[in-house]
Amino acid sequence: MNPPTDDYLDGNAAAGELSTIFAFDITAAEGQCAACGSMKRFAEAHVYTQSPGFVARCAQCDAVLLRYVRTGERVMIEARGLSFLVFDAT
Amino acid sequence: MTWRVGTIVSVHDETRTARSITLDVPDWPGHLAGQHVDVRLTAPDGYSAARSYSIASAPSDIKRFEITVERLADGEVSPYLTQEVAVGDPLEVRGPIGGWFVWHPEQTEPIQLIAGGSGLVPLMAMMRARAAVHSMMPFRLLYSVREPDAILYADDLRALAAANDGTAITYAYTRVAPKDWARPPARVDAALIAQATWPASQSPTCYVCGPTPFVESIATLLTAAGNAPDRIRTERFGATGDVR
Repeated sequence: MNPPTDDYLDGNAAAGELSTIFAFDITAAEGQCAACGSMKRFAEAHVYTQSPGFVARCAQCDAVLLRYVRTGERVMIEARGLSFLVFDAT
Repeated sequence: MTWRVGTIVSVHDETRTARSITLDVPDWPGHLAGQHVDVRLTAPDGYSAARSYSIASAPSDIKRFEITVERLADGEVSPYLTQEVAVGDPLEVRGPIGGWFVWHPEQTEPIQLIAGGSGLVPLMAMMRARAAVHSMMPFRLLYSVREPDAILYADDLRALAAANDGTAITYAYTRVAPKDWARPPARVDAALIAQATWPASQSPTCYVCGPTPFVESIATLLTAAGNAPDRIRTERFGATGDVR
């Protein structure tokens, strides 16, 4: 289950797609990894795009933070790997 | 954020494989230096593909910005953007995107920019933004590039260096260096980081953009040189940039 080492981008690459869901900028949002507890900006997450959607993993421990899939008329987000996300709402 | 239709108002080949495209977007809200846009192409049969491209131009009040696209041999979008598009063509864009990998003119710390290949694009926007507001904040750019012919914005970079007003540029050639260049072609290493970047004691903010292996290597070198991880901002790109 180890992800390939260099085959990822980062949270910046997912930000356009996530802007269809979140009104505030996701890249600067601070999130806590539910697995290791590290706090990082979403931009720092490792994002794997070789899927119908993408998977964001913790840059510290590789645990899955968020899964995103768009199929036709629906968007599915699974984010139990994130304890929380804090957005700058200004 | 929704898709908007812009109009191509100019195209300019930067190198044999990279082209800058200026877009006029009527309801464009303006951007910050370092942000990117998504570009979407849709085929007559409805198939669409989207890719992210950094904005190369400085923020401005006019509803216009420039992107620079590097052609990937097996790309789905970049061959069209670098070879087919013409002035007057419509182009669908979404953005501006990203509020973390950005430089604000209000920042007062020294700025270290490190680019790998076309990772220069968002960093160029930061240097152009600095020049546009006549900032005296000291910038350093370390630009890792394959060979002299692959340098983006070569004239602009020469002019920035010649202006001698606080932007210092170091080139690191990885495959072919100019004749009589002191450093043989090689990747950026700890010695070059020590020689060409701000010492960590100056607490610079570092912006690193390039392909994933480049960014990982540079971030490791910067951290080893004593830079705090939270002062290192990174943006990775690659052929897998399609998130749709």
